[in-house]
Amino acid sequence: MYQYVLKRLLLLFPTLLGAAVLVFFLMRLIPGDVCELRMAGTGAYFDKEALKICQDELGLNRPILVQFWEFIRGYATFNFGDSMYTGRPIVEEIVLRFQLSLQVAIMATITAILIAIPLGTISAIKQNTWIDYGVRAFSIAGIAMPSFWLGILIILGLLITTKSWFGAAWMPPIQYRPLWEDPVYNLTMLIWPAVATGYRYSAVATRMTRSAMLEVLREDYVRTARAKGLLEKIIIRRHALKNSLLPVVTVIGIEFAFLMGGLVVTEQVFNLNGLGKLFVESVTNFDYNMTQALVMLVVAVFVLTNFVVDVLYGWLDPRIHYR
Amino acid sequence: MATLLEVDNLQTQFLTSAGIVKAVDGISYDVEEGETVAIVGESGCGKSVGALSIMRLIPWPPGRIIGGAVRFQGKDLVKLSDAEMRHVRGKEIGMVFQEPMTSLNPVLTIGLQITETVRHHLGVTQEEADKRAIELLGLVGISEPERRLKQYPHHLSGGMRQRVMIALALSCEPKLIIADEPTTALDVTIQAQILELMKGLTRRLGVALIVITHNLGVVARYADRVNVMYAGKIVERGRAHDIYHRPSHPYTLALLKSVPRMDQPRKAKLDPVEGQPPDLTRLDEGCSFRPRCRFKVEHCEREFPPLNSVAPGHVAACFETARVVRLEKVAS
Repeated sequence: MYQYVLKRLLLLFPTLLGAAVLVFFLMRLIPGDVCELRMAGTGAYFDKEALKICQDELGLNRPILVQFWEFIRGYATFNFGDSMYTGRPIVEEIVLRFQLSLQVAIMATITAILIAIPLGTISAIKQNTWIDYGVRAFSIAGIAMPSFWLGILIILGLLITTKSWFGAAWMPPIQYRPLWEDPVYNLTMLIWPAVATGYRYSAVATRMTRSAMLEVLREDYVRTARAKGLLEKIIIRRHALKNSLLPVVTVIGIEFAFLMGGLVVTEQVFNLNGLGKLFVESVTNFDYNMTQALVMLVVAVFVLTNFVVDVLYGWLDPRIHYR
Repeated sequence: MATLLEVDNLQTQFLTSAGIVKAVDGISYDVEEGETVAIVGESGCGKSVGALSIMRLIPWPPGRIIGGAVRFQGKDLVKLSDAEMRHVRGKEIGMVFQEPMTSLNPVLTIGLQITETVRHHLGVTQEEADKRAIELLGLVGISEPERRLKQYPHHLSGGMRQRVMIALALSCEPKLIIADEPTTALDVTIQAQILELMKGLTRRLGVALIVITHNLGVVARYADRVNVMYAGKIVERGRAHDIYHRPSHPYTLALLKSVPRMDQPRKAKLDPVEGQPPDLTRLDEGCSFRPRCRFKVEHCEREFPPLNSVAPGHVAACFETARVVRLEKVAS
């Protein structure tokens, strides 16, 4: 097992290297750079000399392979450089937003699990009844509704209900404070985006739970459990659920990793300063260093999430062994 | 011996897109305490459905018991509530299934799967249940029972898993065990071991046994009485010895002739049952075996023959039993 963990963690490095090659060269295929954007972006007159000085300062005029080497060497020594746009250290820029994005992703995942597993299970047990149809409609709505739109609805709903019930409109706070500094404040801020994204996220997981559960309920060992005279709820909880969770865990893992960098629009709606927003800004600003750092971060999150999912497989199904 | 189980005109149907399948079409038989009764027939004749119907394990939809009674120790199981039925399942009647590879839950330990039944029905502590499980595993001939408790089904071979299933079925000291093709999925050598084990244990513990099988060898060796099923109906019933030596229904005769026998010359040709079993959605009022029958007479078209007595305790659903018996005598 330890050997397996070690092997998986070592595999992170070639994956990161591949991602580094891709993001580094792809970014530089786009015409323009951060200096040109800053000086010529307005369309007004600019000094060619100043442009060159700016590019020299950021090292953009050096041969591309040298730049690549510097990039790799920096990462190997945990020196991630400065943002090309703001000039501040990358780590400093990312840490705060990473906290926020990670927290939203975790909360959205918890929301999704809390919705998906009970609903998917009930839907499968009550297959082709109005409960099943209701759950399926609810989950289809989750896929069809963009989460930013749901976010807008949530904010509007909060404004209207607080106004009519308490006389004053209440809005979730906008300034981020970490969970351990002010948990109530933090949660009242982040619960809404977590619910908005968690609902959409749960839709896929609910359908997955339902179909996996339907399949498991037809298995011979469920019939054996019934023949033993067990209560139906024990049959579902102990005999069926654990077996039907494998595909659900897969979906949840993929979605979780996606949430870490993919919540661009939802972050916009709730005015959150998260990784998604930073991602878009860094690409439009030609902030190579920042984009590279973010891509590497998201790749690392994906690899680690997959690893966690694999370990969960082994825990859920004793037939799966890792060597 | 008192009658333990009485199946009375049991009817189970399935709704399919092709129509209503009368999988079990009014079967009646009984099982006495401690007795071993075999239900024999080819694939699709309704023998498994009949067994599952006793336990009310037919999934609805598509299947449903539409009539008849299953009297077990005086109670009609068909009329029990779900909660009452759960007390019968696993406690009064144990069940062993055909597929040992898939009948145990792959993600739960052997120990849990046995002890949960014991705890549920007998209300004992986990320690007592563990002790019972170890005792049961020893009883069915599994080595190192303490260690096995913590193992998962995939650690065990098919034969071992079937032993675990038998331990499970015996766990709450039931009066009756229903074994649905318990050896079909196993190697021939293992088959004999499992059958010997079941026979030995049921005799020793005084448990009645219903064995569902298509294997006539199993019947000859292990059953006290035999019910031969064809197309959802029982067509012949009698003591195993009588069924073997005086088959009185053409189908039973054909089945016996289709099996290789050690007491016949090696070059003797097998004589398979010609034709196909009928489509259970399109049965008419006549005898369902007549398209494949060598003895059919005009009357077979119009009426399904009732079970006629051919000897004490031996009945066959055929108008021409006398001819069948005579032919069998000539042949042997």
